[in-house]
Amino acid sequence: MTHQNPAAGKAGTDKQSRAVAAQSDPTSITRRTVLQIAGSAVSLAAVTPAAAQAVTTQPSMETAARPVRLLVNGNARELPLDPRQSLLDVLRETLDLTGTKKGCNQGACGACTVLVNGKRIVSCLTLASLHDGAHIETIEGLSKDGELHPLQQAFIDHEGLQCGFCTSGQIMSGIGCISEGHAGSPEEIRFWMSGNICRCGAYPGIVAAVADTAQRS
Amino acid sequence: MFPFTLEKATSTQAAIAAGAEGARYIAGGTTLVDLMRDEVERPERLVDINKLPLGGIRVDGEEIVIGALARMAEVAADENVQRLQPLIAESLIEGASPQLRNMASMGGNLLQRVRCPYFRMLDAACNKRAPSSGCSAIEGRNAGHAILGTSKACAATHPSDVAVALVALDATMRVQGPRGERSFPVEDLFRLPADTPHLEHTLLPGELIVEIRVPGGAHTRRARYLKVRDRASYEFALVSAAAALSIMDGVVREARIAAGGVGTRPWRLRACEAALAGRKLSRAAFEEAARLATEGARPLHHNGFKVELLPRTIVRALEMAGEVA
Repeated sequence: MTHQNPAAGKAGTDKQSRAVAAQSDPTSITRRTVLQIAGSAVSLAAVTPAAAQAVTTQPSMETAARPVRLLVNGNARELPLDPRQSLLDVLRETLDLTGTKKGCNQGACGACTVLVNGKRIVSCLTLASLHDGAHIETIEGLSKDGELHPLQQAFIDHEGLQCGFCTSGQIMSGIGCISEGHAGSPEEIRFWMSGNICRCGAYPGIVAAVADTAQRS
Repeated sequence: MFPFTLEKATSTQAAIAAGAEGARYIAGGTTLVDLMRDEVERPERLVDINKLPLGGIRVDGEEIVIGALARMAEVAADENVQRLQPLIAESLIEGASPQLRNMASMGGNLLQRVRCPYFRMLDAACNKRAPSSGCSAIEGRNAGHAILGTSKACAATHPSDVAVALVALDATMRVQGPRGERSFPVEDLFRLPADTPHLEHTLLPGELIVEIRVPGGAHTRRARYLKVRDRASYEFALVSAAAALSIMDGVVREARIAAGGVGTRPWRLRACEAALAGRKLSRAAFEEAARLATEGARPLHHNGFKVELLPRTIVRALEMAGEVA
């Protein structure tokens, strides 16, 4: 019984963020858009009649979208957000910045690492609405004038990846690690990069890339 | 996630007024957002306290004063904390990951909820999550659970590292609530589970942690935190020990010892401390004192190793503290 409301709530949130995403760029049809449209049809179909009713009869105040200002990779955005939306979901679903990855969605893997006001955080464990006015940097914002960020290039040079799923989080975390001054030795890098898991085990290359970039900067 | 309202507190008084009406405070959100997503926590009203002037770290005479909204990473990197209270910096760096330390506030760290897996499983019995539903851990997988301060209702450990250091250092905390302000030892924040494990702390409705004060003293320099865990970093403690020693002419004048990973709250070990006072610095003295740590320990099926590991961890932490130049 208690599970009908949350199911309804979730469907509402996803629908909303997808709608915002569609609004933001109505002309682009990508593989993701197709998957999203198919996905929302399935999730709508899965909502039971009772739950569907709950969506329409719940006071709208509870899920009311509030405008939140974010400066994402230098671009000012004002977004109507449901308070339940994580920063990660807003980046991926609302802004279509899918370079930031959702791994565990519980703060354990580091795949969703971004910089907020210059500090590395896991974007899955924070609500986007808590960051009104914040500067957010994601992997998409790193290259300048067609040139990769030195740490991006170092990941290529040192083969700091296999499948690549954790890579954007590793790179954003590596930038934080270097700027915090904790990239002085391989041992120090391993400890201060321990919030980022790589299931392929590309750690030697990751540590080498961070060490190399720290030395050059 | 269940629906909720989110409001931004513009003043401490406004936050407390909302808190007194049942709203939950949110700062870093690293515990709360996770538990809300799992529907273990279902607050209807959240108050964002991040804009309140409760951050920063300062020196006040002999004391270090840490704002409740100061982030773990900020406190660990603070020059005065590193110089005057290295135990706090070390315990913070051993906790969580760099990303989480950038997010989590000090007040939230103290109030973080337990990591017992059954607490997070909605289909498992858990007296903490659902009072009187039973405890799945007592007969379940309990290698990570407590051996001290447990009850038939709950054996979950308190997960914080820095709380262990703060308890060892006799830190106090200042809180503000609807009926004004009060201060008390950080140790008194934490309740034993007894038969009400859902009641975890001693804050009154609406009370907000404002700051943590850590007194100075001769013990603060020779102070170390040792954390034993299943991997070298970013893991909760199986057993941890904070040890601080005041030594004069090779004799222990005062010892401070507290343990994590073994108790249902951060566990001060006053019997061990008393046994060390006046003793010459030696491994034998450390071992004799550490043996007293497990008096009254009640191991479960899978955590008997902690009865052996706790004294060993204390001995090693004391040795590390004694070796500080």
